[in-house]
Amino acid sequence: MTLATAAFGSVTLAHYLFVASALFTIGLVGFLTRRNLIIMFLCTELMFQGAGLALIAFSRFHANYTGQTFVVFVITVAAAEAALALALVVLLFRRRESLSAEEWRELRG
Amino acid sequence: MIELHGIAETALSAAALASDAGTIETVTGPWWTILIPLLPLARVVLCMFCAIAGVKTKLPAWLSVGCIGASFVLTVLAYAMFADGAGEITKGWTWIDFGWGDSPGQHITGNFSVLIDNLTLVWMLFVTGLGALIGLYASEYMEHDLGLGYCRFFAAFCLFVFSMACLVMGDNLIMLFMGWEGVGLCSYLLIGYFYKKPSAVAAAKKAFIVNRIGDLGLLIGIFLTFTHFGTLEYRELFAEGGKLAHYVALVKAGHAGEVPLVVQLIPVLLMVGAFGKSAQLPLYVWLPDAMEGPTPVSALIHAATMVTAGVYLVARFFPLFSCSAWALPAVAWVGALTALLSATIGMAQFDIKRIMAYSTVSQLGYMFCGLAVLTPAGGVFHVVTHAFFKASLFLCCGAVMHGFAGQLDLRRVSGLMRMKGWMIVSLAMLVGCLNLSGFPFTSGYFSKDMILAESFVTPGMAPIGWILLFTAGLTAYYTFRVWFRVFVGPVEYEPGEEYHDDEHHADGHDDEHADHGFHPHAPGWAINTVLATLMVASLLAVGLNFVDRSRGGWVGHMLDDSTAAPIGAAAFVAEHGAHAAEHAEAAGEAAHHGSFLGMNPHAVMFYVSAVFGLVGIGAAFWLHYVGRRTAATAKADALLPAMGPVARWAQHKWYVDELYDFVLVKPLWVIGHVFYLLDRLLVDGLVNLAGFVPRWTGRTLRPSQSGELHGYAAQMALGIAFVMIVVVVLLGAAS
Repeated sequence: MTLATAAFGSVTLAHYLFVASALFTIGLVGFLTRRNLIIMFLCTELMFQGAGLALIAFSRFHANYTGQTFVVFVITVAAAEAALALALVVLLFRRRESLSAEEWRELRG
Repeated sequence: MIELHGIAETALSAAALASDAGTIETVTGPWWTILIPLLPLARVVLCMFCAIAGVKTKLPAWLSVGCIGASFVLTVLAYAMFADGAGEITKGWTWIDFGWGDSPGQHITGNFSVLIDNLTLVWMLFVTGLGALIGLYASEYMEHDLGLGYCRFFAAFCLFVFSMACLVMGDNLIMLFMGWEGVGLCSYLLIGYFYKKPSAVAAAKKAFIVNRIGDLGLLIGIFLTFTHFGTLEYRELFAEGGKLAHYVALVKAGHAGEVPLVVQLIPVLLMVGAFGKSAQLPLYVWLPDAMEGPTPVSALIHAATMVTAGVYLVARFFPLFSCSAWALPAVAWVGALTALLSATIGMAQFDIKRIMAYSTVSQLGYMFCGLAVLTPAGGVFHVVTHAFFKASLFLCCGAVMHGFAGQLDLRRVSGLMRMKGWMIVSLAMLVGCLNLSGFPFTSGYFSKDMILAESFVTPGMAPIGWILLFTAGLTAYYTFRVWFRVFVGPVEYEPGEEYHDDEHHADGHDDEHADHGFHPHAPGWAINTVLATLMVASLLAVGLNFVDRSRGGWVGHMLDDSTAAPIGAAAFVAEHGAHAAEHAEAAGEAAHHGSFLGMNPHAVMFYVSAVFGLVGIGAAFWLHYVGRRTAATAKADALLPAMGPVARWAQHKWYVDELYDFVLVKPLWVIGHVFYLLDRLLVDGLVNLAGFVPRWTGRTLRPSQSGELHGYAAQMALGIAFVMIVVVVLLGAAS
């Protein structure tokens, strides 16, 4: 057992899931607490990556690489989506001269 | 015994053979008899087109008179061909015909078919004849309303003649009921003709609603007839060998107790219907108010024809009435009390049209008594004579009303006979009054005598006879009160309430609307022609009494060959254990059972009733003519203090309307409002609650839609957390 294997061998699925949930939680908390649209958007990306990491870990664990393939596509789509979302944020900023999410509450019931 | 048996036998045997085949084709009459009701109906449609085309001439009137006149000609033709026949049935078309099983009593047939028998002919002759005459009169009377109103009037008028024809000519109870409701509808439409006048609208509603009460009885009677006899067609109902004939035979043989209770109940229910339509106690209150309608309508519908529909119903179902122990005595007492009560009210009124209305109610009472004391011939003869003289009386009142701008108060018009152009009206009125008061040798005298004499003849009916005799005196008094006040005496008049706001007097005569420029508007040729014709007709009607004397006059002869034949008399008398079937020969003069103060009523009644009538006329002459200087006062006024409150009570119609208002209308009003409140609070409350709950839910939940991004995110996170916790807990529990 090499150092690497030993080190890696000691890294179990639980560790990956822990990191994934940590990423997700950080993203969630950030999304809920911050008002800046760009930060909030970044936080969604964090949650995204947490979920992706969990998928990859499970994929490896079950030796079924569909999950990893899926995540490659998701990252591609996320890149496209990020471009769109940033464009939207720019438009929203132009409307209100502010990045605060609280500026937008027109769907109030 | 029942002259329908010719067809009836074939019908019954055919029914036995083809009971599941449904209809039995028995068209024996010629096709054109169906036109008698259909011509006026066609006229209704024509009136509609006239209204659409905006006809502003008297065209609708001429068309109506033509159509009803054609019906009259056809009726006369039918009379010439089929009088004394066995009853001809002409089927127009299959109207109601359905069954729900093959056994008897599971098939309802109500075709649009007419039955021509003698009873029908008697009625149709005067309905169509008077209809045409009064239509002619109305052409002039309604001329101030040329245009839409004119079309509306004649449409309803013709619809009435159609409905009346259906009522009288129908060969089944369904058609009778349709006609019955149809005449009620037309009566409502025509009473409410002046629909801008609140009193006319109220009167129309009153007539309609009071009639509904009677119609309920009629309808239940028809239901029971069907459930018991299994048919609604006369030819099967009255068939020889049928159930009804069996019951009549039972009663005749003295086994009245064996007639089932329901059969005894049917005539009582039919009677309630007849009392509603023919304005008898306690349902008479609508008829005097019905005088709000135009006078031709009062003459045709509310005096001559429609109100005799009840008499027709009783006459048509006379065998059925004879089977009931209660029906005919009830009819007699109600008729007599109505006659007396309305005569006393009529004595105290000042509105001449209203006096005539009460006299109509009173005379209808006589007719019912005639039927009930077993002289259907007398009752129906009185219907015929009354139709003529009462129509002419009403038309005379209408002429006065037309000429004096709606004036009907006998204290404000006087001495008409001496005015230019009023001679025909006065003479027609005189003839009508003589007839109504039973002046010797007028037609009204003979028809009333038949009823009076027979009520003393029939056992147990003498009190009825005395009431009617007394009422005859009152009738003579109030009739001639009108005559002596309005038509003779000093010339004096003032216009009625329609004078100031109405221009219809300006018809080319010398009518200047100056301060005192009111000129009475003497009737024109149409009104005079009709009045003269009716005057002659009501004089000639006396001749009917002398045709076929041995069979009780023309009417008696006609009735012998119909369901109203006095066969019922024999049954009734036998049932009451008084006498046997020899009475059946004729209601006229064959038998003398009762007596009038020990004398033969048939012989002595001519003198007695003449005395009562002449005393009444004499009283009116003395109190209202002798020494009268003005229109407003007469000697009778001096008697008023002596009468005490009685005169005032009579003038207020014995407060019957107020009593009904207190006993029926007010409680119903209260109940209605209670139900209204229940509806508002309970029913509406439930419905509103169903609407309120979603609205409240929405309003409560709406704040959660804050529009804030973080709020939504937090809700979503919490939601997911909740779902996850549930899943974990459940999974943990499962494993």
